[in-house]
Amino acid sequence: MTQYASITLQNTDDARPIIEAILADNTDVQVLNMPGAVKLDRDHRIVVNRASVEERIGRSWDPQELHLVLISMAGNVDEDDDYFALEWKK
Amino acid sequence: MSAKKLGLKQRYALMTRGLDWETSYQPMDKVFPYDTFEGIKIKDWSAWEDPFRLTMDNYWKFQAEKERKLYAVLDSFAQNNGQTGLSDARYVNAIKLFLTGVSPLEYQAHRGFAHAGRHLRGVGPRIAAQMQSLDELRHAQTQIHTISHYNKFFDGFHEFRHMHDRVWYLSVPKSFFDDARSAGPFEYMVAIGFAFEYVLTNLLFVPFMSGAAYNGDLATVTFGFSAQSDESRHMTLGIEVIKFLLEQHPDNLPIVQKWVDKWFWRGHRVLGLVAMMMDYMLPKRVMSWKEAWEIYFTQAGGALFQDLERYGLRVPKYADIATEEAEHISHQNWAIFYQYTHAAGFHTWMPKPDEMDWLSEKYPNTFDKYYRPRFEMWAEMEKKGERFYNNGLPQLCTTCQIPMGYTEPGDPTTICFRTSEYKGDTYHFCSDGCKDIFDDEPEKFSQSWLPVHQIFQGNCGGATVPDVLDWYKLNVGADNMDYAGSPDEKIWKAWEAAKKSQGPARTEDARTEDAGAKTAAE
Repeated sequence: MTQYASITLQNTDDARPIIEAILADNTDVQVLNMPGAVKLDRDHRIVVNRASVEERIGRSWDPQELHLVLISMAGNVDEDDDYFALEWKK
Repeated sequence: MSAKKLGLKQRYALMTRGLDWETSYQPMDKVFPYDTFEGIKIKDWSAWEDPFRLTMDNYWKFQAEKERKLYAVLDSFAQNNGQTGLSDARYVNAIKLFLTGVSPLEYQAHRGFAHAGRHLRGVGPRIAAQMQSLDELRHAQTQIHTISHYNKFFDGFHEFRHMHDRVWYLSVPKSFFDDARSAGPFEYMVAIGFAFEYVLTNLLFVPFMSGAAYNGDLATVTFGFSAQSDESRHMTLGIEVIKFLLEQHPDNLPIVQKWVDKWFWRGHRVLGLVAMMMDYMLPKRVMSWKEAWEIYFTQAGGALFQDLERYGLRVPKYADIATEEAEHISHQNWAIFYQYTHAAGFHTWMPKPDEMDWLSEKYPNTFDKYYRPRFEMWAEMEKKGERFYNNGLPQLCTTCQIPMGYTEPGDPTTICFRTSEYKGDTYHFCSDGCKDIFDDEPEKFSQSWLPVHQIFQGNCGGATVPDVLDWYKLNVGADNMDYAGSPDEKIWKAWEAAKKSQGPARTEDARTEDAGAKTAAE
């Protein structure tokens, strides 16, 4: 069975650049749009890169700011200064 | 900003591990007396992994920001009479069930994690549990605050805390948390941190809150998602607890597996209330309970348990039965509440024809065959002035405390019925899952406070239904019975009429005027 690493974010102005960054940096992401929320699923690993978000919002961004718009997730968390990733180890 | 900034991992280590110490005035075993009796063996607390490296200073910063956003929304919702923009006032009944059934659990979780945070010996889980304890208190407060707005206009909210401790169906969520909080700290962490937060809470907070957004309840979706932003941290704590316990000692596996089995089943039973809220109580629906179960249990739970296989942990016992029940449980629960609407603190109704069609489409295997005929018959009886009420008191399952209305696996036309003997008494159960839980801890569960037993023993205000409702502080004729003909419906219709005439709302109902006067006074 496919093991989806998954992240669900609010559908807000603060979250949209993060969603865009995820879609740009990860291949084959499945998107489920719900009222008020967006669920992004990818086989085994999905990553949010700091640089990619900063490029879109034009200011420095701390990956922990994700806490403000995060609704849910699946996978083991791997967090550092430059990225936030969720993954199921193969 | 200082010239040299520490990296996340370094900062985290200094701000958590670096602040811990070994006690010297008292031996550690006396300071942490509860972390051995459950049989869990920990060789090395420092092996605990902290995937979310959130330090206390950042915690306050982010939580304050979340609160500012939430309260801005609550203010504008109240200021702009957001309650008049709902899809339909029937929706509010789901929020009544939420406030009476779920919000008090947030407070229970606050106390539970405060206890676990005090009694776990390792500093990593202790700090994570303390943060979660603060989160849960925030959730209870923000939910009560948000929903208090509806209390100005609608019935059923006024005595939520009192009702939580007394009303028959609220004993289902209450006893779930009482069970967890009266267990040891490790079982509590597996029960609430893992089984509830990781495996099941998405089903409550993601599709249901999305449903709140879809039904025009800006305030609820905002507290829901604000709470859920903490939930991701909680889920991570839950999965780390499991991995840590399983990595520490092979003897922990059977204990952890037993807890996972127990708490998955207990959680599944409690969430049957949410199933009903999603399928029957949201006038505009986002997804069916069955679809939510497929996404959040079959798919997400599948990935999780595949990952945990490496430790020898298997999918919870009776997960297959729970998945089969996803086709039935919302219908069976709504049927129970419809029959007992006179004793419930929210309104019920039979689905309208287009809503029945939606249920047929979402439940092609079960709705038309088993539930539509019954609901159509009840709707017909209502039309003839013979609305069906069940005037007996139901037999309850000793473990989950739900009336025994569920059916046999594989046979949706026979009620499922199990019993156990303990010290000369017979105890009744709705399922093999609930019977197994009792059989493993009969001394605990034989002491359950079962609402129907308590009524018959004379402990609930008196021998008649009106006596008991009075003891619940249920406002008869306003809080209970069908939505049709209720004061809630009346005020809603007045608002709708005012919208159409584009004039101010005119109604005989004093609550509209009170609310207007109160707003003016402020």
